[in-house]
Amino acid sequence: MALSRLSLRSNRFLRPSTTAAALPSSIRRHVSTDTTPITIETAVPFESHLCDAPSRSVETSSAEILSFFRDMARMRRMEIAADSLYKSKLIRGFCHLYDGQEALAVGMEAAITRKDAIITSYRDHCTFLGRGGELVDAFSELMGRKRGCSNGKGGSMHFYKKDACFYGGHGIVGAQIPLGCGLAFAQKYSKEEFVTFTLYGDGAANQGQLFEALNIAALWDLPAILVCENNHYGMGTATWRSAKSPAYFKRGDYVPGLKVDGMDALAVKQACKFAKEHALKNGPIVLEMDTYRYHGHSMSDPGSTYRTRDEVSGVRQVRDPIERVRKLLLSHDIATEKELKDMEKEVRKEVDDAVAQAKESPVPEPSELFTNMYVKDCGVESFGADRKELKVTLT
Amino acid sequence: MIRLLDLRSEKSGYCFPVSEKMWGILGRRAVDGGFSASSFRRMRSGLVSARSYAAGSKEMTVRDALNSAIDEEMSADPKVFVMGEEVGQYQGAYKITKGLLEKYGPERVYDTPITEAGFTGIGVGAAYAGLKPVVEFMTFNFSMQAIDHIINSAAKSNYMSAGQINVPIVFRGPNGAAAGVGAQHSQCYAAWYASVPGLKVLAPYSAEDARGLLKAAIRDPDPVVFLENELLYGESFPISEEALDSSFCLPIGKAKIEREGKDVTITTFSKMVGFALKAAEKLAEEGISAEVINLRSIRPLDRATINASVRKTSRLVTVEEGFPQHGVCAEICASVVEESFSYLDAPVERIAGADVPMPYAANLERLALPQVEDIVRAAKRACFRSK
Repeated sequence: MALSRLSLRSNRFLRPSTTAAALPSSIRRHVSTDTTPITIETAVPFESHLCDAPSRSVETSSAEILSFFRDMARMRRMEIAADSLYKSKLIRGFCHLYDGQEALAVGMEAAITRKDAIITSYRDHCTFLGRGGELVDAFSELMGRKRGCSNGKGGSMHFYKKDACFYGGHGIVGAQIPLGCGLAFAQKYSKEEFVTFTLYGDGAANQGQLFEALNIAALWDLPAILVCENNHYGMGTATWRSAKSPAYFKRGDYVPGLKVDGMDALAVKQACKFAKEHALKNGPIVLEMDTYRYHGHSMSDPGSTYRTRDEVSGVRQVRDPIERVRKLLLSHDIATEKELKDMEKEVRKEVDDAVAQAKESPVPEPSELFTNMYVKDCGVESFGADRKELKVTLT
Repeated sequence: MIRLLDLRSEKSGYCFPVSEKMWGILGRRAVDGGFSASSFRRMRSGLVSARSYAAGSKEMTVRDALNSAIDEEMSADPKVFVMGEEVGQYQGAYKITKGLLEKYGPERVYDTPITEAGFTGIGVGAAYAGLKPVVEFMTFNFSMQAIDHIINSAAKSNYMSAGQINVPIVFRGPNGAAAGVGAQHSQCYAAWYASVPGLKVLAPYSAEDARGLLKAAIRDPDPVVFLENELLYGESFPISEEALDSSFCLPIGKAKIEREGKDVTITTFSKMVGFALKAAEKLAEEGISAEVINLRSIRPLDRATINASVRKTSRLVTVEEGFPQHGVCAEICASVVEESFSYLDAPVERIAGADVPMPYAANLERLALPQVEDIVRAAKRACFRSK
């Protein structure tokens, strides 16, 4: 019985693959925990500057590729849910979505530990999730609830998870770059064998403080990895209109660089692994991740005035990171289409439950207006709008 | 029996008993020109201290006070490190960090390139990760290149992260006017930084202030802007044994009453404290008793001490060196009008720098900065002794 099922399946799904043979369905049931090494070739070669590119053969496992799928699906659903929450006015202010760029978050996590530090820009929801953040904490923060990861006081751009060495969440374009080099400085100072990944966009890549920080990082051999998430648009301005040299991986000049297909989670993993080894031995390195965002810059930007809808749907058809992993899982017979669809349904339910839970969560107490200003308050006074009405002594 | 310090050397323990009468003779001798004024002062302070051996009669420059404070805090906590332009090999542009590189090595004292935005951001990032940077700005004018990191990356982080990320960093350096350095090198930043919730802003005057406040700042888990004054670096102040102890810290947020008085309150900070004290001397000659408050802490502002003083004297003169509009003085005036209105017998007076960029010519520079006579005049106005 099992054998006949196997032959039916193998006719439909078995394709030439590098290593995996057709597995009986009884064994396939357990692949979500199968860590037998598999090697996959990246589709696009790495381009390097002042260094030897890593091999295109990436060591991974069924379990890992499956986890990529699940994690990216979760991130994708979270961002789509955030889109509709914003349109229903439950999320206010700024909301910068990451859908399309998920491979970066999952690929990086696969290469590093939770003691390596990550710092990023305001497009931080998925990075937070990648660091172990909970969906309900993310949605609560977006909706300004007490349960939020910053108690509702930060908002979309200010997610943090210090216990996982995720240092935010920064609203000022480019500011996170010197901050990230500072984190790397602290890692070196404390003689820890960990590195810092500091993420920024193609827009931020022109910031002066990047070059100031990179100069110091190179001078002092800091284990800093500068990751340019090149999604080709700095808000509404395409790279060819903002950068004289859009080869961001070369802009470090004396600092080595690597250009990576940022829509390929495995390529991202390989590059981050390579970068971490490099940074620990030789100091800073620049990674340029060629990626794409489906949404506009933020929810106030339709994203269609500076690029065509065909371009967006073209990328979605050809380069979508989740679809690529899906094809990989199917071609390597790691999962069936139905299993993957079921996984997506589970993820969707997870996200919907988290949204519902977050919606129920209360807003912060009015007294929270005055908390966390200082660690050591020592009798500092603080005032509300009418200082005779609302005056607080911080203790 | 009183021990008298040897007149030739302050340090010897040679002693002989001295009576009050003898002190009077010695005093007259000094006035007659037998001794130089400074040696007389040293002798006098030595005699004063001879009465109570424990009090000590040491003097210390503000420079040495700051240097010793940083030195002691670096020694006590390996997470403290110093960073800035010329702080290491050059021994510090104003020699505040002299000797630290030799003592602690290049892993604790970092010479940076001339890139304030970059190195300040790096300092703040290091503080995120739990280190305790002491970032020097060669003058606070250059802090404007890094102000985004001071305010958006440092001051607001604890609040935005709901307490996850605190920033135990100190930004220090000379603030305000020096002498003849022109418009781009003379601005006072006290009002700008003190308006930001999440920062603490300190301004020492004396050597004791410098030691106590800097040690408190370095130990503080929050970002502190520490505004020094170049012209005070070389000035000597008496310093107590207590202040010389390595555990000495002054509380942040408490002002000091430098001189008690009952007719008018003069509040100020940094170099202007010296001017206010001189003004108080002059006012005393005319029968006006001025109370001089050294703010020490611009944020948090010690409104309690200021208001208590104004409620005692009923008159207020606020003094600062910086630009007048939206200044520290304006905040103090508002606070006093709000909290102690019915105690005021006269309008509050503000003495501040002129509302112009700092000119270079010496006579114009003098006009652009508060002088002792300005403070005296304002105090007299508050006392209705003049228009």
